Amino acid sequence: MNILRTSRVALRALGRNKMRSFLTALGIIIGVGAVISMVSIGEGAKRGVEDRFASMGTNLLFVSPGSRSSHGVHSGSGGFNTLKPEDATAIETQCDAVKYTSPSASTRAQVVYGNKNWSTSIQGTGAMYPEVRNWELDQGTYFDEGHVRTAAKVCVLGSEVKKSLFEGEDAIGKIIRVKAIPFRVIGVFKSKGESGGWFNRDDMMTVPYTTVMKRLTGQEYISSIDISAVSSARTKEAQTQIEELMRVRHKIAPGAEDDFQVRNMSEIAEGAAQATQIMTILLGSIASISLLVGGIGIMNIMLVSVTERIREIGIRMAVGARQKDILLQFLTEAIVLSVLGGLIGVFFGIGLSKILHYIKIFSEFKTTVSPSSIIMAFAFSASVGIFFGFYPARKASRLDPIEALRYE
Amino acid sequence: MSTPAIQIDDLTKVYKVGETAVHALRGISYKVESGEFLAIMGPSGSGKSTLMNIIGCLDRPTTGQYLLEGEEVSTFDRDKLARIRNQKIGFVFQTFNLLPRTSALENAELPLLYSSHINSKQRRELALKALESVGLKDRAHHKTNQLSGGEQQRIAIARALLNSPSLILADEPTGNLDTKTSAEIMEIFTRLNEDKKITLVMVTHEPDIACYAKKRIYMRDGKIIREEKGREGCEDQAR
Ligand SMILES: Nc1ncnc2c1ncn2[C@@H]1O[C@H](COP(=O)(O)OP(=O)(O)OP(=O)(O)O)[C@@H](O)[C@H]1O
Ligand SMILES: [Mg+2]
Repeated sequence: MNILRTSRVALRALGRNKMRSFLTALGIIIGVGAVISMVSIGEGAKRGVEDRFASMGTNLLFVSPGSRSSHGVHSGSGGFNTLKPEDATAIETQCDAVKYTSPSASTRAQVVYGNKNWSTSIQGTGAMYPEVRNWELDQGTYFDEGHVRTAAKVCVLGSEVKKSLFEGEDAIGKIIRVKAIPFRVIGVFKSKGESGGWFNRDDMMTVPYTTVMKRLTGQEYISSIDISAVSSARTKEAQTQIEELMRVRHKIAPGAEDDFQVRNMSEIAEGAAQATQIMTILLGSIASISLLVGGIGIMNIMLVSVTERIREIGIRMAVGARQKDILLQFLTEAIVLSVLGGLIGVFFGIGLSKILHYIKIFSEFKTTVSPSSIIMAFAFSASVGIFFGFYPARKASRLDPIEALRYE
Repeated sequence: MSTPAIQIDDLTKVYKVGETAVHALRGISYKVESGEFLAIMGPSGSGKSTLMNIIGCLDRPTTGQYLLEGEEVSTFDRDKLARIRNQKIGFVFQTFNLLPRTSALENAELPLLYSSHINSKQRRELALKALESVGLKDRAHHKTNQLSGGEQQRIAIARALLNSPSLILADEPTGNLDTKTSAEIMEIFTRLNEDKKITLVMVTHEPDIACYAKKRIYMRDGKIIREEKGREGCEDQAR
């Protein structure tokens, strides 16, 4: 019997018991659908993270205190307090692959305007922060070097903060209070369009880093330096230059451990993408379990079907079906069930991931159905059919013709 | 003389049931010439079906030799026996053994599913022709459970005819049918034997049915005890 003939016989046999066939396939439909939609959420999250980092600029570097070493124990007290604003100035002027730097010192505080208040992150930055971070203003202007030098009481609001304190009202020129100190609003950031609490860059405001140090926290060191390289291509070069310069400035002997670390954006993005990759694998494996359960369902029904059709098997053997023919017939039935289930499951999964996109908690990530996840789910469902169909099929093919014919 | 259709020599069959051995056949030797019509009779449990199963290549003897058209088939493996059944033998059973919820046509074409070199169109044509020869062409698309016992048995005969077998084996073909329908079935068998020269071996309990055959053998306890030819012993039958 050739494949075409066998599949036609299998389809006919399955058609004789439509409801049962459908219910059996449903296990696979749900399994494949779950795998595809879960993986699409994971992939979407990964894509979202990647996009987010890409929008921050691929020429971005960070210098932070503390060593890169894996044992991670820092010697001496105040091991983290090693960065000074002068380091930033030196990097900007002496490293030719570096374009701008922006020292950073931040805190969290309650911000008050009129009878409204809002707790948010207060980022102390340099005047070049918007250029370094590739971030545009919606209204007003950013503070300049003069503001930084004088630790001026000016601020630029993130769109979420602006909305919470001012709603529709114009914020420019208004006075808000942070820890009872009055700040004049001179600008509002353009929204990054990120909703939800996860890493929301619209829920923050910036002030000169000098203002944070002198007026808000009293710290003498900066917590990190944001740096932009002149181009993405020269990011690595900038990193080397910064490292060399910092070792000189911090008088670190050759072979001794650095008291700072320089990281670039692509490194950070990679780490974050890796985390979401793990999430994808986790979601996918959980969904695969339902596919496995679907496979067991197929095996169960095929076993029932073989028992019910012992007489039929006997008749087929009597008219000349070989063991191979019977094996193939039942195996094909199982495969047809799982492949049809898989096919419907693919569409179900695509639909499901589209719907999930409209559910609030997932709406941040664009769910993307990748061809590889479709192929994987499909191949997996077909092999589930072969694997779980084989045992019942072999059982059928090994029946004795006479006993099968006599079976009541 | 040409090779006999069936030649069996000292055939035995022993079934092991737990510790005890059941001797279903105890040394049977017989020869059926090509084109003969033979009836096998005997009390229940005398080994008729066991013999038929071996002749039909559904089973193998414990000892002894079986030549089917000169070919030693008692040593064949399962797949080779399946091939022989498909190409040379047609079966008709007491309980019809048709596939349920399946059309007469699909049932009739079943043997051709397992023989290569035939496409689905040819298969349909051959099946329709076979149904026509048993007078059931108009029932081709009826499901088997919508048909009477006689009609079902005629479909089974059509199925048995499909691969143009040289041998048809019928184990109590009229056992589940009334007298009139039995006569119809026997007419078909007689015609197949006389017109198409198909060798026929039939098991039956009914003497009048056995008298359609040109030879009769009687079995008891796994042995052949008597043979009758022609109308011998059928003098009191109506025909
Ligand atoms: N699979 C089997 N296992 C064990 N014993 C068997 C088996 N098949 C048949 N027998 C035994 O072999 C003997 C012959 O059985 P067989 O079916 O050939 O009888 P039969 O002549 O066809 O009877 P009936 O007229 O009732 O159909 C019986 O004693 C039966 O119990
Ligand atoms: Mg019997």
